[in-house]
Amino acid sequence: MLDDMDRRILRQYQAGPDMTAAELAERCGLTQATCWRRLEAMRAAGVIEGLEAVIDWVAMGYTVEVSLRITLEKSQARAFDDFLVAAREIPEVLEIQTFLGRVDVRLSVIARDLAHYQAIYRDRILTLPHIADIEALMHMARIKTDEALPV
Amino acid sequence: MIALDDTDRQILRALARDASQSAGALGRRLGLSQPATWRRIRKLEQAGVIRGKRLRLNAEALGFGVTVFLGVKLARKGQVSLADFERAVSAIPEVQTVEHVLGLYDFRLRVVARDLSDFERVLRRRIMTLPGAGEVEANVLLSEERRPGPIG
Repeated sequence: MLDDMDRRILRQYQAGPDMTAAELAERCGLTQATCWRRLEAMRAAGVIEGLEAVIDWVAMGYTVEVSLRITLEKSQARAFDDFLVAAREIPEVLEIQTFLGRVDVRLSVIARDLAHYQAIYRDRILTLPHIADIEALMHMARIKTDEALPV
Repeated sequence: MIALDDTDRQILRALARDASQSAGALGRRLGLSQPATWRRIRKLEQAGVIRGKRLRLNAEALGFGVTVFLGVKLARKGQVSLADFERAVSAIPEVQTVEHVLGLYDFRLRVVARDLSDFERVLRRRIMTLPGAGEVEANVLLSEERRPGPIG
């Protein structure tokens, strides 16, 4: 179980994932060895899953991002499985989420420009199996992106 | 926009999975020297292709059993209320991401909560009371996959 110090470490680490081990320890008022031991324990317990580089797709030339909210033909027993397997084959799909609610699946799709998006949509998305309905949300701006958990 | 070669893409893919590995360790796997790998990582960072790092935590292990995506429509539109809404919604700790979108909704929020009744509390006390908040649609996350994207 986590104690207050563990939570403090997580808060600091989430806020500054680029910090060195020494900086993180200092921010938490711990020695480097103690801080490291607590981090290791949280990694071993699966609380910390890892550190990932965040890719800026706009800097890579992918200026368009669209959220596709999809409803599936649920009369087909394998609708979800078939759909998910096929969606994974599309390189421009960044996220696949399934939901309980009005929408069944959401795909986050990136494209170089609108013409490229149109091509992906027509050739790859509309050909996915068991789609009953699609709604598109075009991303305008990211206001908050840190995805931090309120620990 | 910078031109990336196959090695850059491999580095990017590896770091998106695990950004804690050293340039030396990564270089060894790719058959590059430590300084060459370091220079390439530096180039990717300077070009803004690598925006930073993110700590990946297990929400469930930390007691956050529910993630909900909310589509929010603003009741009144206009510059002032948009900025006010963005500031107020970003300040809510349970709101992990805020995206301004075009379509059925104006904003898309990712919200974490301990359970459904905790989510109800956040929704009623914090989100429905935001300046300008109108119609809200909630979808509870069941599963999520992040794909590597077009750098394969």
